[in-house]
Amino acid sequence: MSLTGKLKANPAALWSAVALVACALIALPFVLATAGTTWVRVTNLAILFTLLALGLNIVVGFAGLLDLGYIAFYGVGAYAYALLASPQFNLHLPFWIILPIGALAACVFGVLLGAPTLKLRGDYLAIVTLGFGEIVRIFFNNLSQPVNITNGPQGISRIDPIRIGDFSFSQNELILGLNFSGPVKYYYLLLLILIVMIAVNLRLENSRIGRAWQAIREDEVAAQAMGINTTQVKLLAFAMGASFGGIAGGMFAAMQGFISPESFVLVESVMVLSMVVLGGMGNIWGVIVGALLLSFVPELLRHTVDPVQRALFGRLLVEPEVIRMLLFGLALMLMMLFRPAGLWPSQVRRRELAEK
Amino acid sequence: MSWLLSVNHLRKRFGGVEALCDVTLSIEQGEIYGLIGPNGAGKTSFFNVLTGVYRADGGNIEFDGKPLDAAAPHRVAAAGIARTFQNIRLFGNMSALENVMVGRHVRTRAGIFGAILRNAATRNEEAAIHARARALLDYVGLAGRGDQLARNLPYGDQRRLEIARALATEPRLLALDEPAAGMNATETATLRTLLERIRNDGTTILLIEHDMNLVMGLCDRLAVLDYGRKIAEGTPAAVRENAAVIEAYLGGALA
Repeated sequence: MSLTGKLKANPAALWSAVALVACALIALPFVLATAGTTWVRVTNLAILFTLLALGLNIVVGFAGLLDLGYIAFYGVGAYAYALLASPQFNLHLPFWIILPIGALAACVFGVLLGAPTLKLRGDYLAIVTLGFGEIVRIFFNNLSQPVNITNGPQGISRIDPIRIGDFSFSQNELILGLNFSGPVKYYYLLLLILIVMIAVNLRLENSRIGRAWQAIREDEVAAQAMGINTTQVKLLAFAMGASFGGIAGGMFAAMQGFISPESFVLVESVMVLSMVVLGGMGNIWGVIVGALLLSFVPELLRHTVDPVQRALFGRLLVEPEVIRMLLFGLALMLMMLFRPAGLWPSQVRRRELAEK
Repeated sequence: MSWLLSVNHLRKRFGGVEALCDVTLSIEQGEIYGLIGPNGAGKTSFFNVLTGVYRADGGNIEFDGKPLDAAAPHRVAAAGIARTFQNIRLFGNMSALENVMVGRHVRTRAGIFGAILRNAATRNEEAAIHARARALLDYVGLAGRGDQLARNLPYGDQRRLEIARALATEPRLLALDEPAAGMNATETATLRTLLERIRNDGTTILLIEHDMNLVMGLCDRLAVLDYGRKIAEGTPAAVRENAAVIEAYLGGALA
């Protein structure tokens, strides 16, 4: 019997496992903070990328629409936040207004991308979405003239941090004798958003709409014959996925305080897609594992490769960045060979593999 | 006479090939209507035009007294015509039960917000979808197979699952494209019982089939297509004696 099966059969064990994980997650930022605040920041970025991967999983994993420009929605969310809460236009709206606006803006862009591409499938859809991602980034880069909206390549700085009344997420604060630094506060907020998003994803998967997405992935003609309005349902997938990206983007802008078009390049889209594929397309838990792995391993390498080489050879032979890409490529190849359905495939895909 | 479906002067052309040429036929409420003809006669083209997969080049279709909007397959399903496919098109990587649950899509309403909030209305609807899907699996004789992946089911079961999925849309007219293809005698006999039962429960059936025993024994009336034209229509006995039909099937020299 699988681990999850055993846990389901024993509610007490299940709840203690949940409690254990909850305690670990609550304690995590303080443990990480002892190694340096950097690691809390890295964790926060990892959670952001997990949000992105979960959003993309709706489009790619559930509905089977290959989207190579997903990072554009992240960018739209980030710029929406930055423009509405920075000295750029001297607007300083509170975050609970801007985050939904960012999600909505991304959602609109999702529909804008989805509408003209509805008839495309597979490779062709991938090419158009790739182009879309680049178009959005180039707009960010050039919308400084004739009217300065995005401030071009310089990006937007001094973005307001998230603030609830007098409680600012960017300041250090001592609560109950514990030092809550900015990143630690953001960690809890992100964790909360992540839990909500996981719940949303799980619920969507087992719903009428979720089944319609999967039906379209499996056989579009049959799905139509069953009365599914594929146009509408595909647009819903794009819109939902994009909203996830928009929320993550807003959080990113608030946390960093500075954004520029460079954060939304094609490589980032590829990265998020790799997270989805590596973890196991369609399986929410697999996607989370993929996102965390691809966020943390490069950071670990960055911090180990340099000292290890210096200790072994006395000098730096290979740049950490080079090793990172080498390992990344190797990992992808090994995955294709040995775990083509991902590290933690959805049950369906695992069953498929078991037969082969 | 009140027809459930009446098709008038339907035309469909693919380049130089006339797949359907002035086809006119009507199906009565509650009958099993057969559509036969040699390979390439236009039977499947007829299905595809009827269900909105292809757009007709001429003619009109009236369903249940109203003009059928055959421009979009999902609207045809909503109007009450469900179909199966000649080459089985199940959702292979979904379970048998989920396949039938997808069929309930067109008769249910829950949207994104219902799915996320999972309010009482959505929970009730979901439970009803579940119950109905299980009942339909049972109905076609697939009880206990619900958790299996559709693609892993034996061939005959896949055919019956397709019927269950189509029935889940609550059709007035069930259009079956060669449901007995590739079945052995026992499976065909079971299928025949199932089709009779479906008819007796009030669903009209349009049947494309090559198995002449099945067609002749089951259908109330049938039409014969040849090169896109309807060459005969009537009871199985009458069609069997029709000279044009014999010629189409056996060739002019023998007739």
